[in-house]
Amino acid sequence: MTELNKLTLAEARDKLRAGDVTSVELTQACLDAIEGADALGAFVHKTPEIALERARAADARIAQGDAPAMCGLPIGIKDLFCTKGVDSQAASRILQGFKPEYESTVSQQLLDDGAVMLGKLNMDEFAMGSSNETSVYGNVVNPWKVDDRALTPGGSSGGSAAAVAADLCLAATGTDTGGSIRQPAAFTGITGIKPTYGRCSRWGIVAFASSLDQAGPMTKDVRDAAIMLQAMCGHDPKDSTSADIPVPDFEAMLTGDVKGKVIGIPREYRMDGMPEEIEKLWADGTAMLKDAGAEIRDISLPHTKYALPAYYVIAPAEASSNLARYDGVRYGHRAKLAQGDGITEMYEKTRAEGFGHEVQRRVMVGTYVLSAGFYDAYYNRARKVRTLIKRDFEQVFDSGIDAILTPATPSAAFGLGEMAQADPVQMYLNDVFTVTVNLAGLPGVSLPAGLDKQGLPLGLQLIGRPWEEGDLLNTAYALERAAGFVAKPAKWW
Amino acid sequence: MLDLTYETPKPKVIAGAKHDWELVIGMEVHAQVASNAKLFSGASTRFGAEPNSNVAFVDAAMPGMLPVINDFCVAQAVRTGLGLKAEINLWSAFDRKNYFYPDLPQGYQISQLYHPIVGEGEILVDMAPGVARKVRIERIHLEQDAGKSIHDMDPAMSFVDLNRTGVALMEIVSRPDIRGPEEAAAYVTKLRQILRYLGTCDGNMQNGNLRADVNISICRPGDYEKYQETQDFSHLGTRCEIKNMNSMRFIQQAIEYEARRQIAIVEAGGEVVQETRLYDPEKGETRSMRSKEEAHDYRYFPDPDLLPLEIEQAWVDDIAASLPELPDEKKARFVTEMGLSEYDAGVLTAEVANADYFEQVAEGRDGKMAANWVINELFGRLKKDDKDITDSPVSPGQLGGIIDLIAKGDISGKIAKDLFEIVYTEGGDPARIVEDRGMKQVTDTGAIEAAVDQIIADNPAQVEKAKVNPKLAGWFVGQVMKATGGKANPKAVNDIVQAKLGL
Repeated sequence: MTELNKLTLAEARDKLRAGDVTSVELTQACLDAIEGADALGAFVHKTPEIALERARAADARIAQGDAPAMCGLPIGIKDLFCTKGVDSQAASRILQGFKPEYESTVSQQLLDDGAVMLGKLNMDEFAMGSSNETSVYGNVVNPWKVDDRALTPGGSSGGSAAAVAADLCLAATGTDTGGSIRQPAAFTGITGIKPTYGRCSRWGIVAFASSLDQAGPMTKDVRDAAIMLQAMCGHDPKDSTSADIPVPDFEAMLTGDVKGKVIGIPREYRMDGMPEEIEKLWADGTAMLKDAGAEIRDISLPHTKYALPAYYVIAPAEASSNLARYDGVRYGHRAKLAQGDGITEMYEKTRAEGFGHEVQRRVMVGTYVLSAGFYDAYYNRARKVRTLIKRDFEQVFDSGIDAILTPATPSAAFGLGEMAQADPVQMYLNDVFTVTVNLAGLPGVSLPAGLDKQGLPLGLQLIGRPWEEGDLLNTAYALERAAGFVAKPAKWW
Repeated sequence: MLDLTYETPKPKVIAGAKHDWELVIGMEVHAQVASNAKLFSGASTRFGAEPNSNVAFVDAAMPGMLPVINDFCVAQAVRTGLGLKAEINLWSAFDRKNYFYPDLPQGYQISQLYHPIVGEGEILVDMAPGVARKVRIERIHLEQDAGKSIHDMDPAMSFVDLNRTGVALMEIVSRPDIRGPEEAAAYVTKLRQILRYLGTCDGNMQNGNLRADVNISICRPGDYEKYQETQDFSHLGTRCEIKNMNSMRFIQQAIEYEARRQIAIVEAGGEVVQETRLYDPEKGETRSMRSKEEAHDYRYFPDPDLLPLEIEQAWVDDIAASLPELPDEKKARFVTEMGLSEYDAGVLTAEVANADYFEQVAEGRDGKMAANWVINELFGRLKKDDKDITDSPVSPGQLGGIIDLIAKGDISGKIAKDLFEIVYTEGGDPARIVEDRGMKQVTDTGAIEAAVDQIIADNPAQVEKAKVNPKLAGWFVGQVMKATGGKANPKAVNDIVQAKLGL
């Protein structure tokens, strides 16, 4: 029998329903895998007791015969999600010891369906980063290695990506503000979808940039992404930006049939200095979809080049305001004060101690772009660019394009510490293919489609029409079948 | 709709050491929306609860918590806008006003800087019968209140109470159309009156339900008219803002003081510095809170957690259809249809409960008489006991009954006052009391004639004197009234005395 932790969600679900395994067995297999994987740094708060208790409850429910798809399936939850009574600190020192009295809507929905939470997953602090190196818990190590070089799993959902890739859990939740699901998925050879903005409730997820943040699943394949997204999304009256739109049966839409679908290849995504292997992967992916019966069309998204700068104005602006609540007054870290210190010193010391450098950088950038005299030049301008980017996509979709194919990242996973001395903008360039999707609020899926010559996974991204995740996942499913990516990292941890 | 004509009051002129000066005042009134729940959370707004007991997760700005608009508060803002004859914006949006303070858990206040829900309106501020100032409203927006910082409970620590955090406020912003301290107080009084009629704000100033920021500048006579013609603020002086006043008296005192302070500066050759000031009622002076340089940069931007607030015209129309009669209309109706003086109509319409009471009394009766009894007898008596109309021991039906007895001639006005006191203190049906206690006025001329004859017979000397000095007839009337226990109809007595004495 295969090791249970290596199963996909779909396989495990079917085995549970057939009575071949129990949730307790699945959960125990994952807990054992997690115990032996501290070197990866993926799980930062382990909750084995809660997991086994929920597994037992799930087994009882399955025995009664009307369990939802996620029932009994062990998963990991990104630390950005507030989980009731369990540490939830967004990988930040400022939320040290914070145990919320509430459960995020997304994790509550998973819980309601019977999913089993194994623990909380590492990430970049407040989801700000593309390498999982800004976490207060320390970095995550990619299960994929080249020689003995430790690589980044990507970020910000690096813990989720590493945990799924290393089979520590069957799947994990992620969040994506500028690529935080799709880039780590690509770096670790797994699948991740950021749904349409408004598909998943943001309630109970620590906010980074409210107009861009979306939760999504990080899974071993496209079918799992469909199954888990189904459980995560839906209208939530507690989130005013959550859409009251019916959720179709995503898994049922996975036919693999893309005949007659029109796939757009945006010329602006062909960047100077892009590695040849990425070029080739993209061309291969295009060919596969064509072979599967899709029509390929060159398209233009003319404002693409302004997306990254606009994103790095809007996201920090919102973050600077969203993170103002971490002031040491009500919860989380509060600095020790000196004699005579007042409220200003309390704020300054608390925030200086509580926030890491990248978070501080973004809070300062955000504060700057919103200040009197700079607002129009930066924030308002970035909003206008955002409108233009959105319109680029609308025009393309209006012209009959069903999905857009691009690389997920400009490179394969890079070495941990490699960017330490680099200009922060070098790190931000990791998001170049993904931020446009957040700015336009569209669904985007990243799936592994090949290996580079070092043997590292590379991902392709498909971008879909708003609210058409089902159709998008089906296109991804066709590509997945054609690419036949089955490589797994060799276990070294 | 009825409108009363009015004249515009003269602006207040203050004599400085060198010149005369006028005041230009604009106000920002923060009115707490009358609502059971907060603007973006389901937490209660009840006043006087245990500290930090009316706090939802979103009010405490717990991580990941999101605001959801309370539709009722939106309806209240729309209702207020309609009551101020203002333009309702079907599309408005919320912005974040960012600043750090311990009683502001989010680190920002959700407000409406760029697109307020209510646009331009107006308020007619009554100064005296026939004299009123039309003050233009610039805008009304919805925003969250902050919590309360408490610095005097412990020498080393400060405390924070979040009960008020997130309570809905309407910020009602006027144009600089107010021209003196009395007008400023009258403006707040009128605004409060309208809000209370609408039921959109309780207007309890002691509880901080209604607070006013006053923007004040001085100018030389004639400059304001230039501003009016051009809308160019350079004709006016530099303004100072006096923050957060919650009493009409303090508003007037603060403006008086601030005007004289500014005049003294300018007349001494100095310049008024634009700044925010606080009024200290104990010292009777304003003092600087923060200068323009220290002013916060609030970094306003659209709140990404909230969608734009879009409302339907039909919904607004429904609210408009449900508006009550407002003070100006009611007053005009009392004057034109019920024949009241504008003064009396003003007194009766000051509070809607008073007006309602009066209308019940006046129903089917003489309006003026009803007004006299409500204002002079009832209000006077209630005031003596420090009671509100809602606590009145005399119901409109009872008071109406007393008036009916007068009208029928069953009792005299004097007896009626005694009767009122009995009803006020003991209760009961006025007609019954009159019957049971024999208070009914004697109109039977036979009985009166007999009494007159008796007095004349008993006082021949007085009769002789009266023939010389007819004014003495009053003495006879008094004697007859005494003899009948005050129940004789005074007019009938007088007529019979005159006739019998042959005057």
